[in-house]
Amino acid sequence: MTHQWGMAVDLDRCTGCEACVTACRVENNVRTAGPEQSARGRSIAWIRVERYYEGEFPDVRVKFRPVMCQQCDAAPCEPVCPTYASHHTEEGLNAQVYNRCIGTRYCANACSYNVRFFNFGNPVWERPLELRLNPDVSVREVGVVEKCTFCVQRINAGKEQAKLESRELKDGEIQPACVQSCPTSALVFGDLNDPESAVSRLSRSPRGTKLLEEIGTKPKVTYLLKGF
Amino acid sequence: MNLQAEQKINADLLRPLRHTSFKFYLLVAFLGTIILLGAGSWFYQMSNGLAVAGIKWPIFWAFYITNFVFWIGISHAGTLISAILRLVNATWRRPVTRCAEVITVFALMIGALFPIIHLGRPWLFFWLMPYPNERGLWPNLRSPLAWDFFAISTYLTGSTLFLLLPIIPDFALMRDQMSGWRRKIYSVLALGWQGTTKQWHRLEAAMQIMAIAIVPVAVSVHTIVSFDFSMSPVPMWHSTIFGPYFVVGAIFSGIAALIVAMAILRKVLHLEQYLHPLHFQNLGKLLLLMSLLWGYFTFSERLTTWYGNEPSEMAVFWETQTGSYAPLFWTMVFCNFVIPFPILAIRKLRTITGCVIASSTIVVGMWLERFLIIVPSLATKNLPYTWSYYRPQPVEIMITIATFAAMVLLYTLFSKAVPIISVWELKVGKHEKPVPSAAEEEERELWRVRP
Repeated sequence: MTHQWGMAVDLDRCTGCEACVTACRVENNVRTAGPEQSARGRSIAWIRVERYYEGEFPDVRVKFRPVMCQQCDAAPCEPVCPTYASHHTEEGLNAQVYNRCIGTRYCANACSYNVRFFNFGNPVWERPLELRLNPDVSVREVGVVEKCTFCVQRINAGKEQAKLESRELKDGEIQPACVQSCPTSALVFGDLNDPESAVSRLSRSPRGTKLLEEIGTKPKVTYLLKGF
Repeated sequence: MNLQAEQKINADLLRPLRHTSFKFYLLVAFLGTIILLGAGSWFYQMSNGLAVAGIKWPIFWAFYITNFVFWIGISHAGTLISAILRLVNATWRRPVTRCAEVITVFALMIGALFPIIHLGRPWLFFWLMPYPNERGLWPNLRSPLAWDFFAISTYLTGSTLFLLLPIIPDFALMRDQMSGWRRKIYSVLALGWQGTTKQWHRLEAAMQIMAIAIVPVAVSVHTIVSFDFSMSPVPMWHSTIFGPYFVVGAIFSGIAALIVAMAILRKVLHLEQYLHPLHFQNLGKLLLLMSLLWGYFTFSERLTTWYGNEPSEMAVFWETQTGSYAPLFWTMVFCNFVIPFPILAIRKLRTITGCVIASSTIVVGMWLERFLIIVPSLATKNLPYTWSYYRPQPVEIMITIATFAAMVLLYTLFSKAVPIISVWELKVGKHEKPVPSAAEEEERELWRVRP
């Protein structure tokens, strides 16, 4: 049976440290925007930690919510791309093919989660930082849209390794960069088609909800929250 | 009509083609400069990426798409006036049809530029065309942008045909009246027109077919443009009213643009004897109707949104009604409804000047309407963390201004090469029923029986 990749985010464990954001940017060659362009709204964060503040000082409470591409099964970004740059794979991922993208940004507008980002300029790496680019991930040029891929390069590498060793994939063997770097194990990744995997069990948890479920995008990320 | 009257018509309507004052060259130079600045801005943008524009995360469409929808909207002028008035045989249309058809063709050409200007990789725009390619892919026909491509190309082809067909007899007239290199060019363009009965029958048949065919094309074009918005789950875009709303808005702005164009032509080319207050009155009445329709659609959409009280939609709703976009919103309402309505409804105020004032405010208001459909929704989407604001940058403003200059320049050059009032149609009209002059109209008014 094919895999269906999904994630679970435990909001009761998330501390808002943003290790996931940093790890993702390093793993996936995400360009830095710089202070001026960031102020103009051009910074790219495939995974971001949203902060919502409640109450007045000194009784302020902050809620953290990591949001990445939800790899929706009924993704609004897919039918609208005129060049098939945004399409659905057999393993349930929403793939973004950079070579096909001509930058209409319709997908970015249609995404209800705003997890799609546009390259407003060519990436510039301050020397010697170009030496640390991940060779497994392409560097995107100006004018294309990019987003979280559930670290598809790691998924493919994991599958290849298992095939080489003539065995099945183990649950937890493939970890996207964000999942790997989370200090509280708030992020969990795995195969939703395997009922015994951690992510499957968490997706059935009574603490679980989906983000913006009412829109009908069928996201594959389950958010777990008991409340404070 | 007698030979003298015919010769006067020829002389008046062909004068712009024969005589060029220095003012023409001055205007062309001025407009050309603005257009060059706009082209320069576009190249600057292409070399440096869209970072130089004002768009950002999450407001990925702003000025350029506003202009795209606006110009495609303006292009609905020609269709309504020419095609529908031809079909219902309204005789007052005769001096107006070519002015309108020219607006359509040029507005479409300008509007079709914007999907290319706003692309991240504009040098690959041709991937929207269905041709056998090395990617092994046709365009995604489920995407409204692919529908846009087909709709706009069909409409552009149709409108160009619709414009060029009735110019053929006028090309023949100019071939016969002029000499030298001009005669050679017009001979080619006249396609061998001799004015035989058979040729006239063919022309009338062709125009009848085009008039019938172009109306559904025009309606579908702007519906498809509206689908760019309504087919996505963005709050206050995902509305079933968008199809008819956009078509009504397009016809509305198109007639307004036509009135402004006609008034300018009347002044500059001394066409007072051909473009009467009656024409502006009738177009003004149509404009009043469209203003009421537009007001009805806007009210209808806002009322149902407000009553439905869906949280994501209400966030956008309040931003436009009382929030940061409120000044623009209320300016738009003023420009599209509050100012034009009394001017166009009260007969005494529905003069040429009145119509031009109303039309000018409507053109501004309709541009604002397009902007207010696009930007507030993107700036205030489902997740509040992502809410943002938009500020246009010089590149976008310069390109916008340059397209207005391009429209005026194209129009000016056209009226220098082709009579802007259809000569043969005017003569046919004089045979069937005279358009009353201003004095005759006034006298008719005095004798009109009122209940």
